[in-house]
Amino acid sequence: MKIGLFATCVADTMFPEAATATATILRRLGHQVVVPREQTCCGQMHMNSGYRRSAAPLAERFVATYGAFDAVVSPSSSCVGAIRQLYPELLGIDHPVLERTMELSEFLVHRLGVEDVGATYPHRVTYHPTCHSLRVTRIGDAPLRLLRNVRRLELVELPDAQECCGFGGTFSIKNSETSSAMLADKCDAIESTGAGICTAVDGSCLLQIGGGLSRRGGDTRAVHLAEILASR
Amino acid sequence: MTVPAEGFPAAASRELRNRQLRRNLGQATSTIRAKRANVVAEVPDWEQLRAAGSAIKADVMANLDSYLLQFEQALTAAGATVHWARDGAEACAIVAQVARAHGVSEVVKVKSLTTDEIALNESLGREGIHALETDFAELILQLDGDWSSHILVPAIHRNRTEIRNLFRRTIAPEIDSDDPAVLAEAARRYLRERFLSAEVGVSGANFGVAETGTLCVVESEGNGRMCTTLPPVLVSILGIEKLVPSFTDLEVFLQLLPRSSTGERMNPYTSLWTGVSDGDGPQELHVVLLDNGRTRVLRDEVGRQALHCIRCSACLNVCPVYSRTGGHAYGSVYPGPIGAILTPQLIGIENAPTLPFASSLCGACYDACPVKIDIPRVLLHLREQAVEAVDKPAERLAMGAAAWVFRRSDRMRLVQRLMRVLQRPLVRDGRIRRLPRPLSAWTRTRDLRPVAESSFVERNGSGAARR
Repeated sequence: MKIGLFATCVADTMFPEAATATATILRRLGHQVVVPREQTCCGQMHMNSGYRRSAAPLAERFVATYGAFDAVVSPSSSCVGAIRQLYPELLGIDHPVLERTMELSEFLVHRLGVEDVGATYPHRVTYHPTCHSLRVTRIGDAPLRLLRNVRRLELVELPDAQECCGFGGTFSIKNSETSSAMLADKCDAIESTGAGICTAVDGSCLLQIGGGLSRRGGDTRAVHLAEILASR
Repeated sequence: MTVPAEGFPAAASRELRNRQLRRNLGQATSTIRAKRANVVAEVPDWEQLRAAGSAIKADVMANLDSYLLQFEQALTAAGATVHWARDGAEACAIVAQVARAHGVSEVVKVKSLTTDEIALNESLGREGIHALETDFAELILQLDGDWSSHILVPAIHRNRTEIRNLFRRTIAPEIDSDDPAVLAEAARRYLRERFLSAEVGVSGANFGVAETGTLCVVESEGNGRMCTTLPPVLVSILGIEKLVPSFTDLEVFLQLLPRSSTGERMNPYTSLWTGVSDGDGPQELHVVLLDNGRTRVLRDEVGRQALHCIRCSACLNVCPVYSRTGGHAYGSVYPGPIGAILTPQLIGIENAPTLPFASSLCGACYDACPVKIDIPRVLLHLREQAVEAVDKPAERLAMGAAAWVFRRSDRMRLVQRLMRVLQRPLVRDGRIRRLPRPLSAWTRTRDLRPVAESSFVERNGSGAARR
């Protein structure tokens, strides 16, 4: 399959290792992965902050860049959610590539039927299901299925897992105190598991959770799911 | 209804510092959440019920003009007097007029958000008429000069020790226990006499049946039924969106509402009354149909679904924002996610521009809503309107610049390189601990991951370098 990789602005800029890992996993499965140099941002920040019209050229750009691929895979369910859910109205058409755009774990489990990518990761890990992966793209337990098949990985359940981490894009700045209160509870929950690693499928949520954990000074780190799945 | 000008972030910041409030709320919302989840899970056709509730409400909104006239006709035929109120002031004047006509100085009230929306108690108070709240929680707030912070559980922010102390100061000086049964008994003794002597009752309504003119109030305590049956005169005020087409439609909503609100299979009291009947219940029934901004909401094709709300408060209980800030932070009679989309539409976005931003867009409200109001979708819609109504030049400039950068990939790579240089003095041990305003809002509680030494696309990209 010829797959277009959409890194997203957040991962491209701050989590390049998550995008690299995404490409590695897909290539190991025998697919041709192309990273179009024209890619930028899906425009979710604009759409979510009241500047929807500014996102229209970015939506058009996405369709022009990725329209010809068999599938588009991204290490962010939030951006994929924005593309699938908000682009049709923004563009005025439901381009077929929108439906072919998927977050990595969703693509592996739901599209390819792969639940074991042959990874080894000797750590105690807890998984935070991000809001948009649960309630917009609805990937269900795809990440957990993949994690359960990682060698030497000890998976521990996160209390109140389905609660938002408080990121919410510009919400984290505009309502930073509420966002921080949500984050504090999330970090408490993560630390209560004794896990060394908290993983998720969204760079933006990992920016928030990782930033909170780092400020608290403990040993727990935030790591993107793709990096775990690419580890050998 | 007005909302304080300070806006949500400032009010939330104050409320978040109240540790007692956060404990009370955290405990209460997680208890109701768990109860709701259990009783919803046991209904095999819950999703179909939600779809039915949503479809019935959509039909009501699309044909509201004819349903309202049908409702008026049925009510008049059943012996009720129907009043139309353009706004809160008109509705309050109608209630005051009825009270004056019967020469009363006190009316007894059923818990009603609609009357809170139009500030009926304050309005009657100015006319020398006391409106006595008879719902247990509303009574607590009235006695303390406090106001509601939750649609269903107005005193959710108060715990029982606070309530015992309040009762000791006001209606029951002898009380020495904070046992809920003892507190309830004190309120019961205080209210019982007032019910028996009241000449005029005031209620809202959960539903109005267009076909029959029937009004419906759903409650837990029975105090509502006292108000709607004991006084010889009853005034019921309902927003024009509260209609359902036919009596059988109640079947859908009476399943959806109690499970979504209190987490019960069925609420203890469901009162239904149609006009007046000889020798039974009130002999004079006034029904006030309230617009107060609703027809304006109806004009907005995306926003109008907010009028489908049946006031169950499930969205409040699952909301990570509400469960931390509480209802007062919203500054509105309708707090939580539904308040964030309903209030700005009822009073105008320019009067509540921060409410649509009081959400992390986590989507839990949409999944919990028994009539499938797509709250995140409406929030985005209202954010667009807010940005147009209230100009924020710095934000507009920043968003415009970001959009300009993202329109071409070479611009984005250039900005990434620029950020790498600019961040150098800020990075320590691989993280940024302090940023200048407005990004300091991030680094007050969080470290920031720096821009990586080389971007993924820079290293791996193929195809045209420009564009």
